[in-house]
Amino acid sequence: MARMKFLCDADRCIECNACVTACKNENEVPWGINRRRVVTINDGKPGERSVSMACMHCTDAPCAAVCPVTCIYPSDDGIVLHDKDICIGCGYCFYACPFGAPQYPRVGNFGSRGKMDKCTYCAGGGGTEAPGSAAEFAKYGSNRFGEGKLPMCAEMCSTKSLLAGDGDIIAQIYRERVAKRGYGSGAWGWVTAYKEDIEV
Amino acid sequence: MTLVARARLVIVTVALLSMVAAVSARAETFGPDGAPNPTASVVDQGTLLKQVPRIEGRIDIPDTKASVLVQPAGRTWDYFHEVLLHWGGAIVILGTIALLGLAYLIMGRIRIAEGRSGRKILRFKAFERFSHWLTAVSFVILGLTGLNITFGKIVLLPLIGPEAFSDVSQAAKYVHNFISFAFVAGLILIAIIFFRDNLLEKVDIDWLKQGGGFIKSRHAPAGRFNFGEKLVYWLSLAAGLAVSVSGFLLLFPFFGTDIAQMQLAQVVHAVVAVLFVALILGHIYIGTLGIEGAFEAMGTGEVDLNWAKEHHDLWLAQQLANQDRQRQPSATPAE
Repeated sequence: MARMKFLCDADRCIECNACVTACKNENEVPWGINRRRVVTINDGKPGERSVSMACMHCTDAPCAAVCPVTCIYPSDDGIVLHDKDICIGCGYCFYACPFGAPQYPRVGNFGSRGKMDKCTYCAGGGGTEAPGSAAEFAKYGSNRFGEGKLPMCAEMCSTKSLLAGDGDIIAQIYRERVAKRGYGSGAWGWVTAYKEDIEV
Repeated sequence: MTLVARARLVIVTVALLSMVAAVSARAETFGPDGAPNPTASVVDQGTLLKQVPRIEGRIDIPDTKASVLVQPAGRTWDYFHEVLLHWGGAIVILGTIALLGLAYLIMGRIRIAEGRSGRKILRFKAFERFSHWLTAVSFVILGLTGLNITFGKIVLLPLIGPEAFSDVSQAAKYVHNFISFAFVAGLILIAIIFFRDNLLEKVDIDWLKQGGGFIKSRHAPAGRFNFGEKLVYWLSLAAGLAVSVSGFLLLFPFFGTDIAQMQLAQVVHAVVAVLFVALILGHIYIGTLGIEGAFEAMGTGEVDLNWAKEHHDLWLAQQLANQDRQRQPSATPAE
């Protein structure tokens, strides 16, 4: 069974934010919610790098561990899904997430949060809705994965900086790139997310 | 221009130039041919994570907390929440219940030594009882709904299933958020109205030396509140302040706090709340089962004279003296 991962080759990212737009469009993500974002390190200085970041679909996902109602779980492909019917919007997954992935629509009083929303790897929802159904799309967004396609953000990345797919394959692609061009700033977030780094 | 001024100018110029040189040397690396090498200046994430607790950068969206790219502390917080808090909380709370059960088995209910006199004296006024019960009821609700967030998935979820548990927890979340205001109001009232009688006095040392009333042969002297009650007052005030401040930070997430401070607020809230629950379990035991005649003080407000003599002799003497003074017809004429 394949283990799905994300890898952002920061030496290729040109901070065009097209992945962010593609994600928003594909999944019809509401205003104020960003499943994916681009963070620029050392902005304006020599060695500036941009990294596109969303849910990394961690190994032993900390969000799933801390969830008080256990609505988050990994699929067979290692994609971390959640069930919005069960979620109570407590915000704990955001404290546990190393990548700031969980998003909450603001509802009601104080800073209280609605049901959590995050990157689903374009694999639909973790609830009871039928895969590919309109009900699933309304709640979680696109289910490209069910059609055998990879996430929209990575698929349309213009510089092929953002890679999605089986962890071993994208790690190999990255290794070859680093070997060929002679440099690489590392697989951002991999040690934290997957407890392994890509040796180059 | 004087010599001193000229020298100063030279020194400042040299200093500025060397600063510029130092900064660019640190920030930019050059290739073997002397040309700037942009790729060599790149910080790789491994090195960066060793230098800073979390990697932050610039983002294009207004959500400022999204500027944190990687925060490995999330996994640490996960460990705290799922391992330390579960085990620590269970040990502290179940341990307290076990200790209280043991105390009951060994000492039993401590009876009023001389039996009831049948005469009553007012110990807590209606407003004092209202303040106490406002705090007490909201504390129990906050405690149960709070424990549900931590232990519900272990205890309650297997019993009622995920859908029902989600509904219960959703309601519990809102109840916890709203009842917090009642608790803080009650806490402030208690802090004010019982403040004077909870200041430590010399008699508290005697009370401790006499075994705090738990040794039958010895009488432990006390004013309106004995040292044990004063301890409950001050510890409750401290714990209440800690859970209130951390609680309001959690109620308004990321309002002037960052991710590390939010995690810290949750840790403080959880740890103090668990200890607070243990303290109040002890308080409830002594006030109900543990000591005969104690509950009436907060129930009807009136206690038996013999109970007061045994537990709060100095206070009783003062109250009786006051009553005598009021009864003297010459003291204050009727209005």
